[in-house]
Amino acid sequence: MGWLPAPVAELLDAALVADLTVVGRDGGPVTHPLIPLYDGERIYMTSSVLFSRKLEYIKRDPRVAVAITDPTALTHPLPGRATIQGTAAIVEDDPHSTWERVLPLWRAKEPVIDRFLGQRFALPLFFERAIIAITPLRCLYWADGDTSRAPSESRPEAAEAA
Amino acid sequence: MRLGDALRKLNEYPFASIAWVDDDGFPLGAAADFEVDAANGRVLLRRPAGEALAVPADREVSLIAGHIRPQPGIGYDERRYVELWGRVLSDGDRFVFTPQRAWGWDEAEMPFFEYSERTTPQARRYFEELTDEQGRPMRPRLALGWLLLRATRLPFLSATFVPVLLGIAIAARDDAFNPLTALLTVIAAAAVHLGLNVANDVFDDLLGADPLNVNPTPYSGGSRVIQYGLLSRRQMAAMSAFLYVLAGAIGLGLVVYTRSLELLTIGIVGIALSVAYTAPPLKLVYRGLGEIDVALGFGPVMLLGAYVVQTGHVSLAALVASLPVAILVALILYVNEIPDRSADAAAGKRTLVVRLSSAAVIRVYLAAALGAFVLIVAGVAAGLLPLPTLLALVALPLAFRVYRGLETFYTSPYGLMSVMATNIRLHLVVGGLLLAGYMVAIAAAAAGLRLLG
Repeated sequence: MGWLPAPVAELLDAALVADLTVVGRDGGPVTHPLIPLYDGERIYMTSSVLFSRKLEYIKRDPRVAVAITDPTALTHPLPGRATIQGTAAIVEDDPHSTWERVLPLWRAKEPVIDRFLGQRFALPLFFERAIIAITPLRCLYWADGDTSRAPSESRPEAAEAA
Repeated sequence: MRLGDALRKLNEYPFASIAWVDDDGFPLGAAADFEVDAANGRVLLRRPAGEALAVPADREVSLIAGHIRPQPGIGYDERRYVELWGRVLSDGDRFVFTPQRAWGWDEAEMPFFEYSERTTPQARRYFEELTDEQGRPMRPRLALGWLLLRATRLPFLSATFVPVLLGIAIAARDDAFNPLTALLTVIAAAAVHLGLNVANDVFDDLLGADPLNVNPTPYSGGSRVIQYGLLSRRQMAAMSAFLYVLAGAIGLGLVVYTRSLELLTIGIVGIALSVAYTAPPLKLVYRGLGEIDVALGFGPVMLLGAYVVQTGHVSLAALVASLPVAILVALILYVNEIPDRSADAAAGKRTLVVRLSSAAVIRVYLAAALGAFVLIVAGVAAGLLPLPTLLALVALPLAFRVYRGLETFYTSPYGLMSVMATNIRLHLVVGGLLLAGYMVAIAAAAAGLRLLG
């Protein structure tokens, strides 16, 4: 099972959008707002092939960060903010259907996706997707969301030792 | 995105997140309160606390602000974000961030469909690279049924069913009806129509009109299957050829069966009009003659063809009945060209809509649509159309609804979608009511009611 602190897991479950920051071509940060999906161990995001540049960047450098910063973009109010660093793997053996593995998690946050999926013929490239599977390695958490105060920091080995 | 615009947009968000790549090579970031100093082209940021969040001054950082509006039970909408890249300088408990470049998207300014169309080349590149990486062909897919529906633009077959069924009904009123040849006529006409749709995509891809179009709708801009990589141009050309061969074979069979030179002539004219629509050297739609081509093909040619298959000869009454249908089907093309006009003009596709001013396009629409109804009344007055065909006048308000829609949404491709749908419905409803009028006339004649029959 995962090691992320429970409040961070709750934040991941509630977040409708998170900032995925990847290392761009020139070595600088590039951020993409995406829906975070959490299965209790890894964070998943999906990317349509239409917006696949982030996939190129991750293949070149798998180090990423996921930040949940918008207190209004949640399914229900939570005070915290979090930034999670980790390594990402791209799952794209069949962009037509492999991503459907995470559809139940996606559906829970965006129920309307089923209606769009029912009209897949109208948006064929949008539903050709890759999964970004992120293994968390470090977590910064602001319990009250105030980043002018130092965050609590956790890592998997510390969580396991505890 | 221009930096001034990006700073103005940034100022509309309540907070932003600053991100950088840390000394271990991992991206890192945190939310930060900020204040835009637009006059000096910079942003003042409150420093995130903690050793772990020492924002570096020796490398590029980014600042991103985003917004969505949660919609419980649905998901969210109002998607927008702006991201700026630059350097920071420490200034006490604050940073001064000076952006050098910016990027963003606001779905209120660029609808998601247009955004997706603009990134289609990126999707094509993705599949090319994935093919190289995986050592096997990788391409987007659709279930065969959906793919054929999309590639042939099957729902537009109503444009064929209206004149063909009307021709068969007029023949039936003249006491000529053979269900087998009627069915074969419908199949052959549908095959020509679908062959034309597919050929149109092949040539619009070849000549550049469809690749340049970033505002396609379900009614305009082609099927997009070639641009999306779902089918190759060669596959589409083969499908078109198959459909034309099928139509030709059935048509020849009907000519042999009816021994009608008129039918042979109509068939040849119909296929010639169909091919000449987009195929070089004539490519009539590129010369502003597409409406006339479509009017002839989906009006007199199809209706008279269906009539001749049943009766063996042409008739003035059938020709007159085809004219309002011809005008209304041409108006489908005419209105559907409106959202395509920029891409068409760029590709040298000089459609009527490209050639005329917007005011003239709307005026011509109203005049032509009213003309179709005037022809029905005139046909009845002249005794060429049966009295019950006046039922078609019930559809008149739809023409005015389209007219008003054009005035309101002329420059909005996605706003035009409902207008295009209403315009297609106008053709279908008028055709259906004309057909109903003929059925009433046939029934009345059978019942001995001469005035209606």
